[in-house]
Amino acid sequence: MKYEILPWLILFLPLLSAAVITLFTLRCKTTSSLISIGAIVAGFVMTVVFINANGFHPAVSETMTNWLNFGGPLQIDFGLKLDALSLMMLLIVTGVGGAIHIYSYGYMDEDPSKARFFAFLSLFTFSMLGIVLANNFVMMFIFWELVGVSSYLLIGFWYEKPSAGDAAKKAFITNRLGDFGFLAGILMVWGLLGSLNFGVLKGAMETNPAALGCCATIAGLLVFCGAVGKSAQFPLHVWLPDAMEGPTPVSALIHAATMVAAGVYMLCRTLFLYTPDALHVIAYIGGFTALLAALIAVQQNDIKRIIAYSTLSQLGYMVMAVGLAGPTPAMFHLTTHAFFKALLFLSAGSVILGMHHEQDIWQMGNLRKKMPITFVTFLIGALALSGLWPLSGFFSKDSILGQAYGQHNYLLFIIGVFIAGLTTFYTFRLFFVVFFGQEKSKAASHAHESSLVITLPLIVLAVFSAIGGLIGIEGIYHYNFPIEGEQSAGFIAALFEPFKASPVAALLGLLAFAIGLVAAWALYAKAATDPLPAKLGGMATAMKNKFYFDELYEATFIRAHDGIAAVVNWIDQWILEGCGIGLVRGGTNLSGRMLRHLQTGNLQTYAFLFVLGVSLVLYFVLRK
Amino acid sequence: MEQINNLISGGAVTDLLFYVFAALTLLCGLLVIANPFSRNPVTSAMFLVLTIISMSGLFLLLHAFFLAAVQILVYAGAVIVLFIFVIMLLDLKEEQRRRIRFFGLFAGLLSVGIVFSIFIKCLSSAKLATEAPANAHDGETYALGKLLFTNYTLPFEIVSVLLLVAMIGVILLSKKKLE
Amino acid sequence: MHVGLQHYLAVSMILFCLGLLGVILRRNLLVIYMSLELMLNAANLALVSFSRFNDKLDGQVLVFFIITVAAAEVAVGLALIVALFRKRQSAHVEDLTSMKL
Repeated sequence: MKYEILPWLILFLPLLSAAVITLFTLRCKTTSSLISIGAIVAGFVMTVVFINANGFHPAVSETMTNWLNFGGPLQIDFGLKLDALSLMMLLIVTGVGGAIHIYSYGYMDEDPSKARFFAFLSLFTFSMLGIVLANNFVMMFIFWELVGVSSYLLIGFWYEKPSAGDAAKKAFITNRLGDFGFLAGILMVWGLLGSLNFGVLKGAMETNPAALGCCATIAGLLVFCGAVGKSAQFPLHVWLPDAMEGPTPVSALIHAATMVAAGVYMLCRTLFLYTPDALHVIAYIGGFTALLAALIAVQQNDIKRIIAYSTLSQLGYMVMAVGLAGPTPAMFHLTTHAFFKALLFLSAGSVILGMHHEQDIWQMGNLRKKMPITFVTFLIGALALSGLWPLSGFFSKDSILGQAYGQHNYLLFIIGVFIAGLTTFYTFRLFFVVFFGQEKSKAASHAHESSLVITLPLIVLAVFSAIGGLIGIEGIYHYNFPIEGEQSAGFIAALFEPFKASPVAALLGLLAFAIGLVAAWALYAKAATDPLPAKLGGMATAMKNKFYFDELYEATFIRAHDGIAAVVNWIDQWILEGCGIGLVRGGTNLSGRMLRHLQTGNLQTYAFLFVLGVSLVLYFVLRK
Repeated sequence: MEQINNLISGGAVTDLLFYVFAALTLLCGLLVIANPFSRNPVTSAMFLVLTIISMSGLFLLLHAFFLAAVQILVYAGAVIVLFIFVIMLLDLKEEQRRRIRFFGLFAGLLSVGIVFSIFIKCLSSAKLATEAPANAHDGETYALGKLLFTNYTLPFEIVSVLLLVAMIGVILLSKKKLE
Repeated sequence: MHVGLQHYLAVSMILFCLGLLGVILRRNLLVIYMSLELMLNAANLALVSFSRFNDKLDGQVLVFFIITVAAAEVAVGLALIVALFRKRQSAHVEDLTSMKL
């Protein structure tokens, strides 16, 4: 394998950059941002060089050093897994991440803590690359937590806003809930199979599918818990919309393109663990999340929240695809989603900048004239998300629907098609309200196009969103998840491949798109206020309030948690502190008070005590 | 010398001398710490001189001639003079009789009693020689000097340094103001 | 009764206890110091008699050192008392309780 050093460099350059910025250049905004951007762009270039030299399927797929050796069966390596899955993810993280870094340079220009922001971004990049490259469970878990920490830091970047601090805490704690299950799952797998290395585990499961015995489903589902937290699946989905309190590039990088994708990536990486039962659960949780989030998105008014719920919905799609035993469609959709969702977020950020940090879509309107580039890129992103042929979203979404159809899971197939329609509807609701109609506020009439450093990444991402479905990404994942059947060759063939492979899925998907688009046009093209609540009534209120999940959790889990905490606090305060520590402290205090009287300051008292002590020693020495 | 030697080596006379010196030592010692007629420190100092002189008599009986001389020279000649000197310097009034502290009295007697009983116990249980060996060390001062400058050279030197340190310390302490 | 080691030790013992009594009972610092000297002398007496009855001179060497150290100690101690007296105008232990916080 050529250039074996490169993956290590790719991994550690962002860490170095974060360290340098934190330690030395925190005062200098421009230098800090250039260091950070340089690190990730260099990572991208090195990834390209490495893939160019070794292909997507290197001869040696692991490079590692022994990290912790506990003598017994517990050996933890620090190793990098290099196969199609991780290399493709590397490209996404460094490529999309690089675009977002450059965009941040413009977006955060006026922020006084720009250097800190870039330090956090670099730390996040390092953690995410760690997850992608990890070759064993422990290493993945460590980076998993690092991602949680850096996401906490970035969501709470504007910590002077209380809502940002709360959102950061919510994201972190919710993630921890899932991670607890993940850790338990890891321990279970290690206990049953005696190894943590993905390759070894996969081999063990392939030679003996029943190696996990009766606990197989439980272990799989526990590991899945980690993905539920990180990829914001129901019932831990509540943190992702709140995480939009962070700066927009963060939303794009973490909460659209990379971090939330980590869950899906992890599921694909550990696909060998899951039994059919576990896969069923995963599929239905994914489908339910997708449906729920799409419904909520229809009635949101904050531009970023709409996209956030859309992200949730698409993540549900991916998880559903994994559950339907289709890792390739899942990863394919993950890749294209990273392009167009980052594009949408960044375009939204551009809109927000142009609107002077106004996020309510009902304050915007008719922006297509004022912000032409953003308008076009947003349109491409929206069309790709909705799945219009021949943009990237169509192909990936179609492969998921095709998977559902092929597995004869018609319930999930119908849900998938329905969500496709909903997706189009809420995306174009947003699109029409923001870019068409009349200006609904003064800010909208004074909006202006953003600078080149912001629009350039938009254009690059727009190009990839457009052609992402056709450049053979799906084929790359086949290295990891080989399937029967010939691979399509040739551009034109790839263009029409979905219609040949599963015409029902493709055509129904397009039909759903058309219905959603027409409905959105009819309702929102000229609307000044939202006409939907009048038509749907209570349902709309429920959607607007996110189906009351926050309130439900507040009333149940948080209340219960507070109760337990109060009890524990009482025990701590009265039993531990009062009796345990109090006795010791009181005893010491009392004996101190008593002994204090021995200190009279009188020389002869001391002499007397001294003689007593000496005689005691003499007695013990001379006693026979 | 020969005659003295013979005299103190003899049985009855030596015993008699011992009792005389011992009684003198203890009596004067008692008068140092508790004199019913005077509470003046000068009186105590004078009785201390007497104690030391009678003790050097005991030293003579034990054939420690050199030490007996040193005892008188150092204690009576130097130490007591120092005491008297300080008493004069401080111009101490005669100590007025204060209220007797019963706790103090009790504590003193108790501790002394304990120490005394421990000593008695040790003394009675130990098997001690009653007969002094024949005079092995004639020309005792010579032997002592030899021992001091051969086996005990290092302690000897250290003690000389100690004396130097004490001297410097005293000079420093006696200065009016320490800079 | 023939005088032996026992008798000398008894004298030494009694002298030691007298010194101890003086240290604990008397309240004049100078007298306390003299009592200390008594205790040292009691120890000297015991050492000399051990030396005599065991036919070894090392005990006497030790006494020699003790006398030297005692002389140094008296010098320093008396200097301290003088310094203390200058400050407090008293040589009475009950007036010197600055060791109590």
